[in-house]
Amino acid sequence: MRHVAFTILLVGLLFYSTAPTSADDDFVFQEVTGRINLESRYFPQHSLHDGQREQSVSLVAEPEVYIENEAAQGLLLKPFFRYDSADASRTHWDLREAYGLFYGEFEDSEWELRIGLDKVFWGVVEARHIVDIINQTDLIENPNQEEKLGQPMVHATWLNDLGTFEAFVLPYFRKRAFQSRTGRLRNQILIDSKQSSFESAAQQRHLDVAARYSHSINILDLGLSIFDGTNRNPTFTLGLDPGGDVVLLPLYEQIRQYGVDAQITTGAWLLKFEGTWREGERNSVSLEEDFLSLVSGFEYTWYSIHESDIDLGLLMEFLYDGRDERATVATEEDLFVAARLAFNDEASTDVLFGIQQDLDKSTRNLFIEANRRLDNNFSLGLEGTAFLNIDTHDSQFGLRKDSYLQLDLTYHF
Amino acid sequence: MKPINLSALVFVATLAVGTIPSFGETMEEKGLRIAQEAQVRDTGFGNYTADQTMILRNKHGQESERHLRIRVLENEADGDMSLIVFDRPRDVKGTAMLTHSHKREDDDQWLYLPALKRVKRISSSNKAGSFMGSEFAYEDMTSQELEKYTHRWLRDEPCGELTCWVSERSPIGKKSGYRRQISWVDQKEYRIWKVDYYDRKNAHLKTLTVPSHQQYLGKYWRADEMLMVNHLTGKSTRLIWNNYDFSTDLNENDFTKVSLKRAR
Repeated sequence: MRHVAFTILLVGLLFYSTAPTSADDDFVFQEVTGRINLESRYFPQHSLHDGQREQSVSLVAEPEVYIENEAAQGLLLKPFFRYDSADASRTHWDLREAYGLFYGEFEDSEWELRIGLDKVFWGVVEARHIVDIINQTDLIENPNQEEKLGQPMVHATWLNDLGTFEAFVLPYFRKRAFQSRTGRLRNQILIDSKQSSFESAAQQRHLDVAARYSHSINILDLGLSIFDGTNRNPTFTLGLDPGGDVVLLPLYEQIRQYGVDAQITTGAWLLKFEGTWREGERNSVSLEEDFLSLVSGFEYTWYSIHESDIDLGLLMEFLYDGRDERATVATEEDLFVAARLAFNDEASTDVLFGIQQDLDKSTRNLFIEANRRLDNNFSLGLEGTAFLNIDTHDSQFGLRKDSYLQLDLTYHF
Repeated sequence: MKPINLSALVFVATLAVGTIPSFGETMEEKGLRIAQEAQVRDTGFGNYTADQTMILRNKHGQESERHLRIRVLENEADGDMSLIVFDRPRDVKGTAMLTHSHKREDDDQWLYLPALKRVKRISSSNKAGSFMGSEFAYEDMTSQELEKYTHRWLRDEPCGELTCWVSERSPIGKKSGYRRQISWVDQKEYRIWKVDYYDRKNAHLKTLTVPSHQQYLGKYWRADEMLMVNHLTGKSTRLIWNNYDFSTDLNENDFTKVSLKRAR
């Protein structure tokens, strides 16, 4: 299934094992950590589709093993497993990370090489990560698109006084994971991932490449990036599944994306900007259209409000997609406003809640995320999204009855 | 690693002259002189790593622990660099904080969040906030460049078998949670034994006591343990230092955003 991924992993392992080291006791660092998480989701509204349930229970295990030797060579393995009571697709596993890590110094500069499956994050804003493009989204995990599938890559970094230079070679493409028929939070028309098609004849073996330059200059953190390869975000055409039902067929195009992300940090202000220019993607009327996307805003924090230990942060971000009503995303012109409360207590209690309002249509999302530590190993999480007044022309229309609340009990080891 | 800074040399030279006891110096001059001499005596350590255990105790006597590892690189020219990796509680395991402190401007600070593999530049103006729910504030945990305070010697006072200078320092910046701090520094080795912290309203907020110190590399004194008691809440935090290592090969490349992502 993922031959190339494993080939890369093998090469990484081989590289690692043939590198000049000797006995086992050369490992200067080894640790096994991870989490086991019991998750329960509750959907207060009746489902749109037969077979969908109002409640689901899920069990997740995500162990992580890391070893490192004296020669600054590390090996990391982080598999992920989920069992879900309601959605067969959500019962899945993945290698989130499995890479060999090599690093060192060259004269006054620092270099790093990662070979294998890894996760890379780019960006500064909170509402939606538009610059971030290396990893495929694991959409069945969470509709917030922050969960990612492990991406096979060779990732080289070189850091000197001029900044950080990174190059990525991505030899294997991973299809987006979608919900099954019985899963909630799925698209109105079912997506048939098995019938995915690709613009490139090389299909999933197209060699995607990317590069990034980043630097911190006083109060400014700046990143410039370019990606050339298979679009992580598919566009869809109508088709039929083997049973004759109408389904959506994902099409993965070849695109090029230029990205800028910048943050200015001054006093209690964080001023944030992300912008992308994307070429080669089809819009909602199936015409290729180059377009600009922007997410920009700020975060301001009042520390120790009213002489308590509590910090209150206010976040505001504006989201824009130059394709307007031809956009393939729901956030073509939206406003995101949120408040973050950090209680700074022994339990590190924090709450983030807010609203994302479409400025053209009635569509409105309310969200909340809260966390609290119970003891050295256990923590409790609460998460919820309400999909309100969803416009019939909005890509979120299929989610209009899928508002949910989620409770997590996590054991960290 | 870094070329010797001419201004730093001049600074040290001035200090050498300044340490000759001079009569007629003001209380402010004496306070600054003591702080500068303490700094000079701690100059040249280069770098170190250490493990920290924090034992947080609430007013009901219930305890919880924090485990962290710290790496520090001395940077005389501007300000020290530090990297803190969190080990316990387990929900923050792998989280790491990188600080480039500056003598005059705000410090630069980045937080690495391992679940998202995201490095976030964070505001360093949260000086007064609690560090990990403990009685230590962020400003107590990060490098305290003496340029960020005004100093004043108050009196000499016996402290145990030694004699201490009792001095007051007041933060220049408005972001500090303190109006002033009164410290007891012994005249033999310039070690801090006690600090009284007064909040913005000038109420006696906290007291730090250091029961014992140890000398490393035959020169640099470090606390074995620190006890911070909050008089307003009745809570306290014991900070225990272990495994000090002053002979590491850390350099500037170990204090970058790239190495932050690798920090373990």
